Amino acid sequence: MSEYDLEVENLVRDFAAFRAVDHVNFKVEKGSFFSILGPSGCGKTTLLRMIAGFLEPNAGDIRIRNESVLGVPPNLRPVNLIFQHLSLFPMMDVKENISFGLKRRKIPQSTIDKQVDSILERVGLPEYGQKKINQLSGGQKQRVAIARALVLEPSILLLDEPLGALDLKLREQMKIELKKLQQQVGTTFVYITHDQSEALVMSDQVAVMDKGAFEQIDTPKNLYAHPKTGFVANFIGENNSFDATVSSSDPFRVKINSDMEFNARAMTGLSTGAECQLYIRPESIVINPLQNEPMNKFSVTVKNVLFDGANTKLLATIGDTGQEIMAALPQDKRFDHIQPGERLNVGVYDDACTCF
Amino acid sequence: MPYAGRLTLYFFLTPVLLWLFLLIVIPHIDLFVISMQVENDDGDMVWSLLNYQAFFEEKIYWMTFVRTALYAILTTLLTFIITFPVAFYITKVLSIKYSGFFTILLLVPFWVSELVRIYGWMILLRESGVFNHFLLQLGLIDVPIEMLYNDISMVMGLVYTSMLFMVVPLISSLEGLDDSLIEAAYDLGASKPVIFAKIVIPYILPGITSGSIVVFMLTLGNYLTPNLMGGKNSLWFTEQIYNEFIASFNWNQGAAFGFLLLVLSTFIIWLGLKLTRQNLSRALS
Amino acid sequence: MKMTGIITAAALAVTSVSVSAETLKLLTWKGYAPKALVEKFEKQTGIDVEVTYSNNEEMIAKLRATRGSGFDLAQPSQDRISSVQAKYNIYQPMDYSKIKTDQIIASMLTAVKNNTNVKGKSYAAPFCYGTSGLVVNTKAAPDAKDYDALMDTNYKGRISYRLKRPTLIAMAFAKGDDPFAKYSDVDAYTELMEGVGEDLIASKHLVKNYWANGDALLELMRNGEVNVAMAWDNGGWKLHEQNPDIDFVAPTSGALGWIDTFAIPAKAKNVEGAYKWINFMLEPENAAYFTNQEKYGTASNGANEFLEPKIKANFERSFSKADIDNIKWYPPVPAKLESIEGKILDKVKAAN
Ligand SMILES: Nc1ncnc2c1ncn2[C@@H]1O[C@H](COP(=O)(O)OP(=O)(O)OP(=O)(O)O)[C@@H](O)[C@H]1O
Ligand SMILES: [Mg+2]
Repeated sequence: MSEYDLEVENLVRDFAAFRAVDHVNFKVEKGSFFSILGPSGCGKTTLLRMIAGFLEPNAGDIRIRNESVLGVPPNLRPVNLIFQHLSLFPMMDVKENISFGLKRRKIPQSTIDKQVDSILERVGLPEYGQKKINQLSGGQKQRVAIARALVLEPSILLLDEPLGALDLKLREQMKIELKKLQQQVGTTFVYITHDQSEALVMSDQVAVMDKGAFEQIDTPKNLYAHPKTGFVANFIGENNSFDATVSSSDPFRVKINSDMEFNARAMTGLSTGAECQLYIRPESIVINPLQNEPMNKFSVTVKNVLFDGANTKLLATIGDTGQEIMAALPQDKRFDHIQPGERLNVGVYDDACTCF
Repeated sequence: MPYAGRLTLYFFLTPVLLWLFLLIVIPHIDLFVISMQVENDDGDMVWSLLNYQAFFEEKIYWMTFVRTALYAILTTLLTFIITFPVAFYITKVLSIKYSGFFTILLLVPFWVSELVRIYGWMILLRESGVFNHFLLQLGLIDVPIEMLYNDISMVMGLVYTSMLFMVVPLISSLEGLDDSLIEAAYDLGASKPVIFAKIVIPYILPGITSGSIVVFMLTLGNYLTPNLMGGKNSLWFTEQIYNEFIASFNWNQGAAFGFLLLVLSTFIIWLGLKLTRQNLSRALS
Repeated sequence: MKMTGIITAAALAVTSVSVSAETLKLLTWKGYAPKALVEKFEKQTGIDVEVTYSNNEEMIAKLRATRGSGFDLAQPSQDRISSVQAKYNIYQPMDYSKIKTDQIIASMLTAVKNNTNVKGKSYAAPFCYGTSGLVVNTKAAPDAKDYDALMDTNYKGRISYRLKRPTLIAMAFAKGDDPFAKYSDVDAYTELMEGVGEDLIASKHLVKNYWANGDALLELMRNGEVNVAMAWDNGGWKLHEQNPDIDFVAPTSGALGWIDTFAIPAKAKNVEGAYKWINFMLEPENAAYFTNQEKYGTASNGANEFLEPKIKANFERSFSKADIDNIKWYPPVPAKLESIEGKILDKVKAAN
């Protein structure tokens, strides 16, 4: 017995000449929360629909609990899908929606009633059984959709950007609730989204997808700290990126203009003279660093303070070059004096400068 | 300000009410009044319920109505059975690029008059017609068969005439049905017949209802098709009304039949809505 | 340039409308207003003729609905005038002084005057006459001599007739009875016709269809889909020209003779035009043109010399001297009979 609920091997899917999913490989551990994160149009839905059975792959294999499900129609696969737009049945009430799948299994009505009540309880909607779908709020619809799928106790629950239609506040709240729910029921979740915060907050593992292929599969923390490709570095979290040239390989140093040189970390084999991208996260930039701290130091001219509460940022230009850089501005009164036009000394540790 | 609003409301309402009153209410009152009179032996008109009594007492009259109504119901059912797959195919299977084209194609036969369409069918079906010619040529039959002048050919003609009025509401309600609802049901373990019965049909029920009402009423009120394509036994209720007015000069009896047609067909529709737990305003919205 | 063109066209249209303001609205049978004659009349008189095709029942219903307005001239059969006029008053008395009566066969004019007399006034002038009888494909149905051929199992599926009152009357004659004699006795007439209705129902399975449109019937006979039909003599003669096997047969129990007339609706607008049309249509040359074309007999006195020889041949082929003497001319229909017949006809149609 493998401990994987889902294994995907070399999966390929073409639409005519266009390759939407390109040799994708991954395994999802039993009971884990697995996210697939990627920009719009990168092939997430296509991948998910193949797992659910609505699309046949052109090549590759999908195994659920060790059994290949190729050729098995969606109604016979032990997975359920929460659709991007939820797709609750408008002509049925909440209870009828949730019991729809159970009824197909010819379960006695009394058992169905019990199961529906208990799942409604679990998603926090007791007494909502008789409500019509159009009487529910967005978040309630969300929960009904999840209840409708979970009540069937699928091996895997597939979710296609289920929070996409909600407003920001509700989305933050549902993120946490979803994660809690998943831990409670212990069902394996495969969750797709283009919102990195959703993926990072909820997931045990995240796969970053671009142009139909997976760039990196890792824990949220590792993706953030150790991106393996430039795309991941750029896509996860915020990043300043600069065109750079390798000026020496030991110690590794890069130049972003004639008189700005950084000690940095090479993430791929880069030799002297090679062109590369230098990434510096806003939150790794230290304002007014200590004199004797070993780090890359340079001065910037403040252009603007972008106030956003805990997320407030500083937009500045490096030296006299006019190249823009963003730095996090901690809101602890220390830097309240900073005004546009002011010159600041900043520093960044060598480790926080990554090159691809 | 509210006063001015009222005024515009009346301004726009007046033509509608006038239209309703002059073209619908008054003729029906007239019809009703005529139907409540009979001619006595002196040739004078007197008030009487005899015309209505005649309908229920003369087997031939109410039997003709029953026959007409049953055939209208059958036609409605068949029209639905035939047009549903077409509507489904156009909206859910064909790509959008072609669905418009096919919808237009469905409408083309209705650019000519009903009479022309029926003569077209007669040319195809008659004993010396096109179908028989081909069947003979192919050696499938030795003597031509008469395909016209029976109830089957009549129902076929009625269905053909009615198709448009069913397919249009079906297409428009199917267009409103999001494909993902079908997929969601499929994903939740439903087989195709279950999806059809539990998702598709309930969703488009208002469309089916409005299409069915229109087809039922048009079929019930049809005169040409039963008369031309129907067989020797195809006495249609409208033909009976026509005969009372035109051949027998008995306008009073004809008016009573006309009024009964209105009342009974309304009753049948009401019954149909009750049986399927529908309500009219939803179906027509 | 374009603009002036449009204006000129519009001006022309207006003037042409005002020139031909006088119209004659004619309510008649198919074939009774041949195109060539309409054009000739329009040229002679400057009156525009508008033709509406109809049959006896519809003519009466239309005029009854409008109380005799909407048309300037109608052409009902002579037997369908007096009772309808007595009851609904839809025609106006004919002013025979305005008709060139010397153009009309005298005996026929007298007969029509008598039959359309209501309270001392007459309402019609004869236009043409003909008979109803059998149209037979003599090769396929050599023994079809009388109306009972329409109930003959030998011709199963090849029989057609109209489900209208002439069929009932013909069948009554075929039974050896005389329905015209029973016109005045409603009970006896009802009994007779109910018997006929039962006969028709019993033999219904032999009928191919009940025809409603004369052209469609001729088409069926031409294609051999129908071999015995009850129809008007001219239809049989028209088919005879194309296929000598088909001909009109005067039934042994008597062809049914009818005379179609001119009658002026009570509220006709163009009464003068109506008289002009009557006189025009009865001019020997025009009447002969009509008869040559449509093969109906004409009431016009001098038309004979303009008739094609085959018209005469038709008549002589189908009618022996005895047949002519045996023609049953429709007497005026008393009121009430129509509704009795209507119910019987409905029963026949509905029966299985
Ligand atoms: N049926 C199809 N035919 C042709 N191309 C398709 C089809 N479905 C998807 N594609 C293409 O495949 C690519 C991936 O589509 P997919 O729906 O998987 O994107 P996604 O990652 O889910 O995007 P989003 O986040 O916007 O939902 C897109 O470029 C899309 O245009
Ligand atoms: Mg998607």
